[in-house]
Amino acid sequence: MKAFAPRSLDEAMVRLTEDPDLRLLAGCTDLMVGEPEDRLGLPGVLDLRGLSELRRIEWHDDALEIGAVTPFSQIRDSPEVQKSFPALAEAASKIGGWQIQNRASLGGNMANASPAGDSLPVLLVLEAQVVLVGPEGTRTVPYREFHLGYRQTALGPGEIIGWVRLPKPPENAMQFFRKVGAREAQAISKVVVALLADVSDGRVSEYRLAAGSVAEVPLRLTEVEKAMVGRAAKAEIANLAGHLAAQAVRPIDDVRSTAEYRRFALEQVVRRMTLQLVRRVPE
Amino acid sequence: MTLLGSSPPRPDGAAKVGGTLRFGDDLPKEGLWYGATLRSPNPHARIRGLRWNPERAPKGAVCIIADDLPGPNGVQLLDDEWPVLAEGIVRHVGEPVAVVAAATMLAARQALGAIEVDYEPLEPTLDLSAAANQESLYTLELRSGQVEQELERAHLLVEGTYHTGYQEHIYIECQVMSAWWEADDKLVVEGSMQCPYFVHRSLIHVFGLPAERSVVKATPMGGGFGGKEDFPSVIALHAALLAKACDHPVRIAYDRHEDIIGTTKRHPSVVTHRAGVDAEGRLQAMEIEVVLDGGAYRTLSPVVLSRAVLHAAGPYRCPNVHIRGRVLRTHTPPNGAFRGFGAPQVQFAMERQMDRIGRCLGLDPLEIRLRNVLEEGDKLPTGQVMDESCSARLCLEKAARETDFQERWQHLEAKRRAPIDGESMQGVGLSLYFHGAGFTGNGERVLQSVVEAALLEDGRIEVRTAAVEMGQGCDTVLPMMAAEASGLRPEDVVLAPPDTSRVPDSGPSVASRTSMVVGSEVAHVVTEIRDRILDWWSNSQESGAAHTVEDGVVRRGNGESWPFRELARRYCETEDPLVVSRQHEPPEWQVFDEETYQGVAYPTYAFGADVVEVVVDPDTLEVRPRKVTAVCEVGRVLHERLCVGQVEGGTLQALGWGLMEEVKLEAGHYLNDRLATYIIPTIKDSPEMEVHLLERPWKGGAFGAKGVGELPMDGGAPAAVSAVENATGIEIDTIPATPERLLALTSAHRQVPSGPQDPKRGRRPGG
Repeated sequence: MKAFAPRSLDEAMVRLTEDPDLRLLAGCTDLMVGEPEDRLGLPGVLDLRGLSELRRIEWHDDALEIGAVTPFSQIRDSPEVQKSFPALAEAASKIGGWQIQNRASLGGNMANASPAGDSLPVLLVLEAQVVLVGPEGTRTVPYREFHLGYRQTALGPGEIIGWVRLPKPPENAMQFFRKVGAREAQAISKVVVALLADVSDGRVSEYRLAAGSVAEVPLRLTEVEKAMVGRAAKAEIANLAGHLAAQAVRPIDDVRSTAEYRRFALEQVVRRMTLQLVRRVPE
Repeated sequence: MTLLGSSPPRPDGAAKVGGTLRFGDDLPKEGLWYGATLRSPNPHARIRGLRWNPERAPKGAVCIIADDLPGPNGVQLLDDEWPVLAEGIVRHVGEPVAVVAAATMLAARQALGAIEVDYEPLEPTLDLSAAANQESLYTLELRSGQVEQELERAHLLVEGTYHTGYQEHIYIECQVMSAWWEADDKLVVEGSMQCPYFVHRSLIHVFGLPAERSVVKATPMGGGFGGKEDFPSVIALHAALLAKACDHPVRIAYDRHEDIIGTTKRHPSVVTHRAGVDAEGRLQAMEIEVVLDGGAYRTLSPVVLSRAVLHAAGPYRCPNVHIRGRVLRTHTPPNGAFRGFGAPQVQFAMERQMDRIGRCLGLDPLEIRLRNVLEEGDKLPTGQVMDESCSARLCLEKAARETDFQERWQHLEAKRRAPIDGESMQGVGLSLYFHGAGFTGNGERVLQSVVEAALLEDGRIEVRTAAVEMGQGCDTVLPMMAAEASGLRPEDVVLAPPDTSRVPDSGPSVASRTSMVVGSEVAHVVTEIRDRILDWWSNSQESGAAHTVEDGVVRRGNGESWPFRELARRYCETEDPLVVSRQHEPPEWQVFDEETYQGVAYPTYAFGADVVEVVVDPDTLEVRPRKVTAVCEVGRVLHERLCVGQVEGGTLQALGWGLMEEVKLEAGHYLNDRLATYIIPTIKDSPEMEVHLLERPWKGGAFGAKGVGELPMDGGAPAAVSAVENATGIEIDTIPATPERLLALTSAHRQVPSGPQDPKRGRRPGG
């Protein structure tokens, strides 16, 4: 099996152009737990983790850029992320366990395109932009147009995920993240929820809600958002938000949980987050 | 000097922690080939055709099917009903149909594609309800007193049906076995196993070899938990058959996926209770039905059922008891040995039933148990009278006192009835349990375990047993026991490797018996060697005076002293080799009637009581155990740290089984056949553990030690579930108590009764 570990983005692009069947590696935490045949049968691999261009967290204009192979431990510990994007820092601290967080990367989580990816609902509510690098140069797509279907992305042939751009969130908006898994660590989500919301003049002024493991892709729950924005910020709206969220998803029974439980947990978590929002109680 | 009860470092510790120890799959072997297994995709089917196409396989690959076996197609355990390879019919998904070997692991996996099998699907029996009307794999019955009559007369009748699920062992090291044939048709097998002589017996059975031409060596083990009691015989046979066919050493090493789909698990159970109690809650009569899912083959199920039946009434006093046990056959992988061996299932049911009886009478979990706890002089349903080492009350009272149980439980009951939105729900639960030490019934008598000791030229004593270190600590504890008995130092004793060509059959490393039974005999044979040398020394001295031995030093009354090893070396120089062997005899008063199930089923019992505190998320019903207080009375603590470790590890395994571990099946297929989906507790899920070890030595040997390996598996699950009930009010009779199950029970309005029941209407519906 061929294995390449390029030292620069240019070198990586050359390799990939020459050999478009190479499997891209950004931490291997999904690959290594798959079927042995999937690993043993690979034509070759291109390990992107050595690319410093793709391993960085820095402000550019009004957006924080996070490189695709930046490991979650770095995101979790980054003061910039903690200050401006606490929901992402929280998600990074709940993925796998410490060992996984040291290897697994934001780009890998996106490329794997699982409905249960813990960082993905956060990217949805942060309205992340994804910068894709290809042989023809770069292009930028909103994250919600990147994750197309179950394990399907908008990555074209010869393209790799370069970095994401997180626009500076609205001043004073609150961010929430909650993962419901089968145990305290090393769990794949049964339900994962992110909320970015704000209250001004006694009314909900911003309400962006997304959930994972409740459909074939992580969903922005726009019906809930529309119903919430403009409402008086009172405890009663929490029940409505939870109820509408449960209506808006299409979970399934699978090896990790039941559709009934996922709907229930989503409803309860959204209710709780909304209560905290209206009470301005940080999580 | 008292060595016992201290905590010297374990000799195998540094290599295990440092990662330098070589396990079965790490051992180099010249010319090694790899084996792979073709498994049935059907739960039940006729094999109409089975063809090996060598031209489609990697060059040189070999294949073995049932027809190629040189002898009986059966794995010799209690009987040989379990096929080595499926013959004509497959009876579970994952059943081995053929095995292949090739020069690399990848080539071996590719060779599987060169086998064609034509299956004709047959109707499968997939669960206990479907199996209920079919012939049982095994049945047992135990009776004492007048049950029907007393149930009629009882003040209150309480019924309940309790369900427990599968459990997968998840030893860190998956199953691995290597085999090769040496000159003169001698078979050598080495790998990860708890019972070298079980494997030995199976090899002899299938290959028709004389005992000395089959050599079985246990490699250092990365955990067993019973999972390497029965199954290693299967994989050893596969490797040996392949090695014969390809004329190379062959290794079969399962990855986690194959280990989960291919090996045995804990028996799922359904236990039904009918109990009659008087107005004070004292048990008058119990009728208990125990049903285990044996899977497709009998394996060790009859003895698992036996232990289940003998523990089904718990450590309680009840004069009239009728217990019926059945193992049913389903078209699922065979279930087998797992730490606890049937006792955790039935004691989960008994403990839940006690809580239910308590609630029916308005008594808390402590009070209902205190009114029924087994004490010295009381009889078990087998008629066995409890002796002075019975410590159920001691454990129960200590656990309650340490945790302020009664007060906490009442407080949290009240708190539950006045919930505050968003506040986490807290609960506390209690369990009382016991575990019979050593083999069941006449098992030890039948085993005729033999232990040997031999004097080495360097003056140390080699102890020869088939006991295998699997993490439990026997390599640490056996020399300590020898030292304690003989006055030598642990380092004066060296353990021979568990290799059937070097050690006698001291029985399997199972049933919490190694310290209690093997350790007892080790102490005897080492002491006997010491005595022989001291006699020789005394006789060779003019004075002939008596000597004492302490800390490896021999002293005479006049103050003269010699290191024991020095004398032993001198003995070796002039005398014939010194080897002592001894066969274990259970106490003569341990007599059990296998027909009537009356008598002394176990020479002694260890006892325990657990208090588990949980927090339940009010939104998601996620359960987090926060603290466990475990009080275990183990007769005598041999090595304190290891003993505490057994209790902590077993308790966590029990919490996993009770709260999260769940094997999910669909049409006979395991759905969660990997560690990403079969969920066990991580260190972050482990609660704080406070372990109290108590000692009430029994009189039969081993310095009073009763065996501790399995005991802690019995108490964690019922206590945790009881705590969830205290926190949520949801009445739980099935484990694991996952949030999904709690939600389903909530939707079905399964709540605990709010107060005492009217006796006339006291029948609680069966769950």
